[in-house]
Amino acid sequence: MTTETLAPFDPLAEAIAAVDGWPEAAETPVPAPAAEPAADGEVKTKDFLIIAYSGELEKVWATMILASTSAAMGVRTRVFVTFWGLQVFVKDSKRITGENAMQKMMSGMQRPGISHRKLSKMNFLGMGPWMMRRLAKQYGVASPKELLEAAQALGVEFIPCQMTMDMFGLKPEDMIEGMGEPAGAATVIGLLTGDSTPLFI
Amino acid sequence: MPVIEISQSIDARGLSCPMPIVKTAQTVKAIPSGAAVELLATDPGSIKDVAAWCRATGNELVEQTSDGAVYRFVIRRK
Repeated sequence: MTTETLAPFDPLAEAIAAVDGWPEAAETPVPAPAAEPAADGEVKTKDFLIIAYSGELEKVWATMILASTSAAMGVRTRVFVTFWGLQVFVKDSKRITGENAMQKMMSGMQRPGISHRKLSKMNFLGMGPWMMRRLAKQYGVASPKELLEAAQALGVEFIPCQMTMDMFGLKPEDMIEGMGEPAGAATVIGLLTGDSTPLFI
Repeated sequence: MPVIEISQSIDARGLSCPMPIVKTAQTVKAIPSGAAVELLATDPGSIKDVAAWCRATGNELVEQTSDGAVYRFVIRRK
């Protein structure tokens, strides 16, 4: 193993290394040193924000892998869940959600819950996801649900989008345990203009 | 070289990315500063990932060995 191959990771690693101790989820933002401008004038980031917009299996998987790993590395991690991404955080046991007929019909057309995700391609009426899950099991890849549980245990904050909740008629009791307070776009922009490194999935 | 006492062993054999790191983080978080854990993994990516995790979190990678199939890491909490 050469040091060259590791090089692209270093700027982030250094930024994180500057953080003192193990940041807990509820902890206030870490003290100043890491936030000071680097030699090149750039402000180093130390928080990670994923905007989880999509509900497809492969994208949910990517979100869960990155969120759990980032929290494992001591980086304060938030996931803003919106639109199709919000459907992922509805309890698996819920089949029909919503208050009015159209909202109920919408939930009927796409089953909510993290265990009922479809692939964006090769879905083939559920054959694709079934094959994917089998392969994952065979190769020791944790399921999105297992990764979600690990992420929550490591203190990842999942923030639901209030507007999407209203539009789909989702109530807090429809959602899985441990979700954060619903928020809006201003919260996301506030984090982006702060010191969060964003990723839109 | 002082003998390192291993307080816990993490068995991540057969698990793929990112579970070896996730399990390590959860275990190391629960041990006192200065204590060490042993991680057993079969994921070849863990060679780079464990080193990256240690650098990022400031924990010390004390030892790294392999018997060909299983990688063994000893990590000391800072």
